[in-house]
Amino acid sequence: MKVEVKLFAYFRDNRFSVKTFVFAGNITVEEIIASLDINIEDVGVTMINGRHCKLDALLRDGDSLGIFPMIGGG
Amino acid sequence: MAEKIYRINMTDLSTRIEDVPENWMGHGGRGLTSTIIAAEVEPTCHPLGPSNKLVIAPGLLSGTPAANSGRLSVGAKSPLTGTIKEANAGGTAAQLLARCGCKAVIIEGQPTTGKWYNITISPGKIIVNEETELIGKGNFATAEAVGARLGEKLGVISIGPAGEMKMAAANVSIKDPDFRMRSAGRGGLGAVMGSKGVKFIAIDPQDGKVEIANPEAFKAANKAFAKALVNHPISQGLGQYGTNVLVNIINESGGLPTRNFTQGQFEGHEKISGETMYDLIQERGGKPKHGCHPGCVIQCSQVYNDADKKYKTSGFEYESIWAMGADCCVDDLDMIAEADSLMDDLGLDSIETSVAMGVAMEAGVLQFGDGAGICRILRDEVSKGTGLGRIIGGGAAMVGKSFGVARVPVVKNQAIPAYDPRAIKGIGITYATSTMGADHTMGYSIATNILNVGGSVDPLSKEGQVELSRNLQIATAAIDSTGMCLFIAFAALDDETCLPALIDLINARFGLSLTGDDVVNLGKYILKTEKAFNDAAGFSKEDDRLPEFFSLEKLPPHNVVWDFSGAEIDQFWNF
Repeated sequence: MKVEVKLFAYFRDNRFSVKTFVFAGNITVEEIIASLDINIEDVGVTMINGRHCKLDALLRDGDSLGIFPMIGGG
Repeated sequence: MAEKIYRINMTDLSTRIEDVPENWMGHGGRGLTSTIIAAEVEPTCHPLGPSNKLVIAPGLLSGTPAANSGRLSVGAKSPLTGTIKEANAGGTAAQLLARCGCKAVIIEGQPTTGKWYNITISPGKIIVNEETELIGKGNFATAEAVGARLGEKLGVISIGPAGEMKMAAANVSIKDPDFRMRSAGRGGLGAVMGSKGVKFIAIDPQDGKVEIANPEAFKAANKAFAKALVNHPISQGLGQYGTNVLVNIINESGGLPTRNFTQGQFEGHEKISGETMYDLIQERGGKPKHGCHPGCVIQCSQVYNDADKKYKTSGFEYESIWAMGADCCVDDLDMIAEADSLMDDLGLDSIETSVAMGVAMEAGVLQFGDGAGICRILRDEVSKGTGLGRIIGGGAAMVGKSFGVARVPVVKNQAIPAYDPRAIKGIGITYATSTMGADHTMGYSIATNILNVGGSVDPLSKEGQVELSRNLQIATAAIDSTGMCLFIAFAALDDETCLPALIDLINARFGLSLTGDDVVNLGKYILKTEKAFNDAAGFSKEDDRLPEFFSLEKLPPHNVVWDFSGAEIDQFWNF
């Protein structure tokens, strides 16, 4: 299955902004984060297809996953 | 020195330095401006007439070494909304006014001669002089001229041509340490200052200092407070990317108002994002970090240079970038920076004016995406006060009425900022119920709806949103009284050492023993005082509503509408 992964703010440093991955079987948000060598403690928000999701959420074919550090403004 | 009220009557140019009434003593910032306006301004008065008053107050902690305590509150009855209004901003004025021993400045009356004046405040002294040289000048030229005339270190509070022309989108500008502008932006307070015939207020504290009742306790509390701020990851992100870090996350959530609030995502989001801005600043030799006042440990401002590596703008905020960017579909940061600088100079609220441009685009006055057109209208129409310029400078609702547009994103006539209430419902409750008209800063539900700060509440669900907005609005009213930057709230919501340290700071400053409950009660008192003013001015619960189109038009990508009933919204005031 194909999953688009989007990174934001300093998570992009030495990684990428957006990239499509092909996964063989079931995979969770947390497993994708670990595979990218991102410290889970630094993650503030994750969204699948623009909806907030939990770290144990399973990705489905065609999903878009956004991973953000803790950020704010206003 | 004992704090005093500095009162200036612009009808007869008389000045008085008064003792602070007992029941004003415990107030500062917004709590004080709203208390004074409620006590002294007839709610039904014309906002630009002689009965309105412009009240300027540093916060409770302004002028002390407390981190991030440089916010200045400016209040009056608003010519944009007709409600009570407080807008706050950084810059150096709050700290310097506090060092003058000034609890608040009250500017009342109105010249009948058509003459313009400047005011200089120093400890125990107010001077009012006629001003001729700087009339018609922008804020940058004004600040520089005041620096040359009176001294570079002085604080300056000024209006640009928009305020002189009494436009309802005119702001009050406050000089920062580098002669750039911070804006008490919302609600047309610059027009009120213009209606008083005041071009600028210079602040010269001389050797004035703020007394601290318990210096040792203050020092310890400030250390703990600053540590909580510096350690919070959001503070660190703000230093690197500025508030504009929000473009991408709000876009991802589907709540970034685009093309005059018809879409929730903007195709050009990446080009105007905080990440792109950071890269451009680095490439062009600018500064990602910049403080709007001494003592700020977050430094969300920046120095943004143009393609020729020359200074273009600073205090380049998410709200301004969203409004000219996504809402007007301009995907060019340099064009947005040009418009931002023009608005700072003219003294215009960059939210109200840019949303007004979006409505004008819908009306066909100019095309969506026409950033050069926005700059041309600012330069050739607004600054010269032409008919079109005055309509744009009158704000989004004025543009909608003038051109027959039904999709006008305002509450109580004030433009809705950078979060669509259909896709982020918690902020919709704040827009609807705020005593100030639509204003995200009054109760920043985005923290909990989108950013997972202070817990998390589903942005697309109605559940918990009224209570969330109520708690945030109460807390915000209290924070707005301290002189603290609202960005302390991220740490305050997440770090249990932060708020107690803030209360310790206030107690050490004044020799008090306030508790958390006292702070909550202060926030409730402020909201109720403001609401009572609005009720007496003729507002009712029917005004606490969002525009109809939010209920009728589905917002993509989530295809959601605003679905709160009036009765559900009205639960907000149950406290």
